[in-house]
Amino acid sequence: MNFEVMRSYLPLYIEAMKLTLKIGWIGIVLSVIIGFACAVARHYRIPVIGRIVGVYIELFRNTPLLVQLFFLYFGLPKLGLDINAEVCGALGLALLGGAYMAEAFRSGFEAVEPIQTESALSLGLSPVQTVVHVVLPQAFSVSVPAFVANIIFLLKETSVFSAISLMDLMFTAKDLIGLYYKTIECLTLLVIFYLIILLPVSILGSIVERKVRYAGFGD
Amino acid sequence: MQALGIDVLFKGTNMQRLLLGLWVSLRISLISVAISIVLGLVIGSLMTRKNPVIKVFTRIYLEIVRVMPQMVLLFIVFFGTTRVFGWNIEAETAAVIVFSFWGTAEMADLVRGALISIPKHQYESAAALGMNEVQIFIHIVIPQTLRRLIPLSINLVTRMIKTTSLIMMIGVVEVLKVGQQIIEANRTASPNAAFGVYAVVLLLYFIACWPISMFSKYLERKWC
Repeated sequence: MNFEVMRSYLPLYIEAMKLTLKIGWIGIVLSVIIGFACAVARHYRIPVIGRIVGVYIELFRNTPLLVQLFFLYFGLPKLGLDINAEVCGALGLALLGGAYMAEAFRSGFEAVEPIQTESALSLGLSPVQTVVHVVLPQAFSVSVPAFVANIIFLLKETSVFSAISLMDLMFTAKDLIGLYYKTIECLTLLVIFYLIILLPVSILGSIVERKVRYAGFGD
Repeated sequence: MQALGIDVLFKGTNMQRLLLGLWVSLRISLISVAISIVLGLVIGSLMTRKNPVIKVFTRIYLEIVRVMPQMVLLFIVFFGTTRVFGWNIEAETAAVIVFSFWGTAEMADLVRGALISIPKHQYESAAALGMNEVQIFIHIVIPQTLRRLIPLSINLVTRMIKTTSLIMMIGVVEVLKVGQQIIEANRTASPNAAFGVYAVVLLLYFIACWPISMFSKYLERKWC
């Protein structure tokens, strides 16, 4: 292992990490929004939209991100929808994540017993107040473990972005291996950088999971 | 059809090749799942032991799998180990190693979860009825854990199939790569092929995974 070489690669990896984090962050925020909207549409059985959302969730949960990205990046331009690689990456991640987040939120909603809503309504809370003050806090605390698992899953999935020639960590490592043949140094750096990104999320996730377990009712 | 580029697939043996490509991914995922289930059962039951050494090792193992993207693991095995140890492994073998490594951890975690979810009074009641440890395991523990485990491990199959799409990145010719080749070969005759072919590949994955995940959901609802 040549540390001199590794040090000279560092700036490239840092640039790549910034890109991975940027797209990952945008993708995750969007996926939470999409997921929440979809879960609401599914749970409250909004006509037509609920159905469409169901198809969307099944479609994206049952296909790999790599194929989705290929379709978005190479397929859609043939219909005249040209999107650049970064937008495409974030969009792909958001759509995939949205489907997973929707399931996470939905299981949270389902875990809230009808009696909670009924009691809140009979206490004189308006339907909106019921949802905001009674249903959502309980639903969120139930879906936190799945939510954390999804965030880690999505951050890991960003590694396929190199397939649509985004200069992320994976791409940089592959590129440097191809150029200088310093396989071990490049792979070590790759592992270190993914640990820097994911280990804090994993640890923080476990802490949050433990905290919200106290918020459960009825058990 | 012409404009969408689906017609390419009906020329010559293109569709056949695409399906053969899908079979490559399915074969690798089925082999890996089989290995993962066997090893996962062993490691999962080891994890419920109170031995601190086993605990630390399995904890580290699970955490590695939890935070490392499968693609990185693939690169380490396919490019890294070949460089360090100087051996030569086929891309498919590397894929099976990595996906089994990943799947075993997932399976072990499921097994552990199922085992610790059995309430203590089940063991105590069985012991009070005069059953010995083996009997308790066979008649009390296994039937209850299996019901929880089977839907979840079927779900692991779909996740495995989806993950195997990554093998394209280490040069295995599977469904996506075949699709790419078909598109390249018909660049002039059918410039829109990228849309049609990738849509079909997406659909093929969906057809492969959706019934399995529906089945797993059905079992989960029926048994849990």
